[in-house]
Amino acid sequence: MDILPILSTLRRHKLTAWLLILEIALTCAIVCNAVFLISQRLQRMDMPSGVAEHELLQIQVADVLKPVNPYARAQEDLAVLRQVPDVQSVAFSNQVPFGGSSSNGNVLLDPNQPQRTLNATTYFGENLVSTMGVQLVAGRDLRPDDFVDVETALKGLRTGDSKSLPHVTLITRTLAGRLWPGQNPLGRLIYLTPTVGLRVVGVLASLVRPNAYDAATAQYTMVVPVRMGADKSESYIIRTRPQDRARVLGAALAVLKKADPQRVVTTQRSFDEVRSRFFKDDRAMAGILLGVIIALMIVTALGIVGLASFWVQQRRRMIGVRRALGATRADILHYFQTENFLLATLGIALGMALAYGINLFLMLHYELPRLPAVYLPVGAVLLWLIGQLAVLGPALRAAAVPPVVATRSV
Amino acid sequence: MFAYYLDLALRSLRRNKALTALMVLAIALGIGASMTTLTVLHVLSGDPLPGRSGEIYYPQIDPQDLRGMYPGKEPPSQVTLIDGMNLLRAKRADHQALMTGGEVPIQPEQSALDPFYVDARYTTADFFPMFGTPFLFGHGWNAADDEAKAREVVISHNLNQKLFGGANSVGRTLRLAGTAFQIVGVLDRWQPNPHFYDLNTGSYAYGEQVFLPLQTMMDLHLSRDGSNDCWGNGGGGTDTILPADTCVWLQFWVQLDNPLKVAAYKQFLIHYSEDQKALGRFQRPPNVRLRNVMQWLDYNMVVPDDVRLQTWLALGFLLVCLVNTMGLMLAKFMRRAGELGVRRALGASRRALFAQLLIESGVVGLVGGFGGMLLALLGLWLVRQRSSDYAALAHLDFSMLLTTFVLALCATLLAGLLPAWRACQIAPALQLKSN
Repeated sequence: MDILPILSTLRRHKLTAWLLILEIALTCAIVCNAVFLISQRLQRMDMPSGVAEHELLQIQVADVLKPVNPYARAQEDLAVLRQVPDVQSVAFSNQVPFGGSSSNGNVLLDPNQPQRTLNATTYFGENLVSTMGVQLVAGRDLRPDDFVDVETALKGLRTGDSKSLPHVTLITRTLAGRLWPGQNPLGRLIYLTPTVGLRVVGVLASLVRPNAYDAATAQYTMVVPVRMGADKSESYIIRTRPQDRARVLGAALAVLKKADPQRVVTTQRSFDEVRSRFFKDDRAMAGILLGVIIALMIVTALGIVGLASFWVQQRRRMIGVRRALGATRADILHYFQTENFLLATLGIALGMALAYGINLFLMLHYELPRLPAVYLPVGAVLLWLIGQLAVLGPALRAAAVPPVVATRSV
Repeated sequence: MFAYYLDLALRSLRRNKALTALMVLAIALGIGASMTTLTVLHVLSGDPLPGRSGEIYYPQIDPQDLRGMYPGKEPPSQVTLIDGMNLLRAKRADHQALMTGGEVPIQPEQSALDPFYVDARYTTADFFPMFGTPFLFGHGWNAADDEAKAREVVISHNLNQKLFGGANSVGRTLRLAGTAFQIVGVLDRWQPNPHFYDLNTGSYAYGEQVFLPLQTMMDLHLSRDGSNDCWGNGGGGTDTILPADTCVWLQFWVQLDNPLKVAAYKQFLIHYSEDQKALGRFQRPPNVRLRNVMQWLDYNMVVPDDVRLQTWLALGFLLVCLVNTMGLMLAKFMRRAGELGVRRALGASRRALFAQLLIESGVVGLVGGFGGMLLALLGLWLVRQRSSDYAALAHLDFSMLLTTFVLALCATLLAGLLPAWRACQIAPALQLKSN
């Protein structure tokens, strides 16, 4: 196909052509960035938790009257929960992966360093690692004799009495790699305050923070041997088979209510729901972005149809003349298809530059990474496709113009 | 003349229904998407205390130790109990209140109702006059009740409906966490959005059901919620233990009704910090901030990033729709070159043609704006179906409704300018000849 005649025709319709190119460029730029944003969200929603999510349940209960001995109450609850049929294991934790609310501590490598090394989340509670199915890759799990009651620990913190403080911790592989790159973390000390030194006794494959908003620090996690009393902010975590979850949840609630009919159940859900709730805004955003991409494509396609129809009508005589001079229907069809391809290509080229511009703006304001070049061809292919699809109808109509038109109306 | 142009515009639009529909659809989609996101943005960045927010300030001081200090670092976003009580008792502002949040169990007298938990605000007495809370019955407590750790409670309109069927419950008893409280006031509907006075408990569509004195809460060890930051050997505390002295966990608000008082209060905060440093309690040099409500919301970036991003996205979409409409309008006007040529030849000025074509764009804009409004209503309905905490607030108000039409009209007139100008450049003779 000879493109020179097409270019010379377009030169006579500069304004319209440029508007079409501009529309394609804007669409291309927005679509590239939107696809990139969607992939970012999907990637985030896929963040690993390190726990056996499909086998876990979370229950939180709140007592109307504070139990006299909250530690005994927690142990009693754990005991009755273990009796529930099909319950494999039960733990009592201060927080759950992707639960949102979290307890965090500043990690120091030297008790006297002026700035913290990093901020890590601290999981407390017995049986956590085994119940949640967290994989231990080195060292040992926490033992019952490692544990300290939370009130004792807090008093120890105030008085500086290190005997009443916990002495060991588990950390994730990521945290170990960040604190001591390439070295064996087992046996090393980290400090939460100048008086609380914890020796690393085990390394976990993965355990995500409850507030994993930033992928870079999502795995900065410690498990510290602190025992909590029954309290509305702590969670019972129950492990069971995936197919038994609903039944076990019902039975577990029943025994907890039976132990104290006055108490109020504030949370009851599977870990699948915990994850789904944590990422609900990302899911919604991905949906909105997809909707915008589709709407943009439709609007642009309709715009192309509109303008192409206008051009076909305007050039009916020219088409007739060409047909009369021997051009085939295919020639006419290809003419309009090539014209659209040229416009789309110009638009896409402009759009890519614009896409980088938008990405720079987003990087500045929304902590987004740089747009990988791989997203540019995605936008390009989409727009070429849309352009060709949209122009097909008007082009076919153009091809159907009979040669006799050339002889009329002159 | 206007009526005649309007008639011409309608005829022209009717002549080419498909093209007109395309333009209207593009405008409606663009306006609908933009107005949906702009309305959400408008609702979320609204003033929680209209008329008052400029006088309400949030003092920040820096009681932390030297670890982690660097120049220009913001002080903590809350205060310790000691500093909170010191500032409260200093009474240097027109009103001041120290507060935190939590949840308390309510044990209704009616046996039909099970005990249930409600969100509570533990605060000192000035909360009510300072924030101008509307009372349906009764009133708040006073500073003497604060010091006496009074068992007094103010309840929300909703809770009063639930427990007392909306009757005047002032003077009645309410059992909270095993303790009998006397109801002293019932609030009318009051839910400032954003929940500016404590952003840790959720920024939007959050409201407490019971309000009781802070010192009563400490006396009874009622449970606390919210953020808690400690340093040194500070421990966050549990339900029965308050956070350590080196923890910030309370919000402190003041009312200062003129700029002189604001400047004086800032000086007071600096002097306070210096005094505390001299006493050895503070280690850092004075580092104070005094932001009013809107500045505080801005500083905390309370409007979710996603909402801003969606607004940019929608505006980008609107831009594409406008370019699209501009192209279509150009095609439409150029197709009528013959007709315009005849009108020019018969004596119509360029200005008259320009006006006629712009009116045609305006009609497209108005119809598109109406479609956009319907789409925005649909869009907002979709937003309300989402589970975000702000979802329920997404409603179109009158000002946004007006904005919709103004935006649609301006956008299409802008989009019509170039095509109309181009169409007016047509040389009449050329057009007449070719016909």
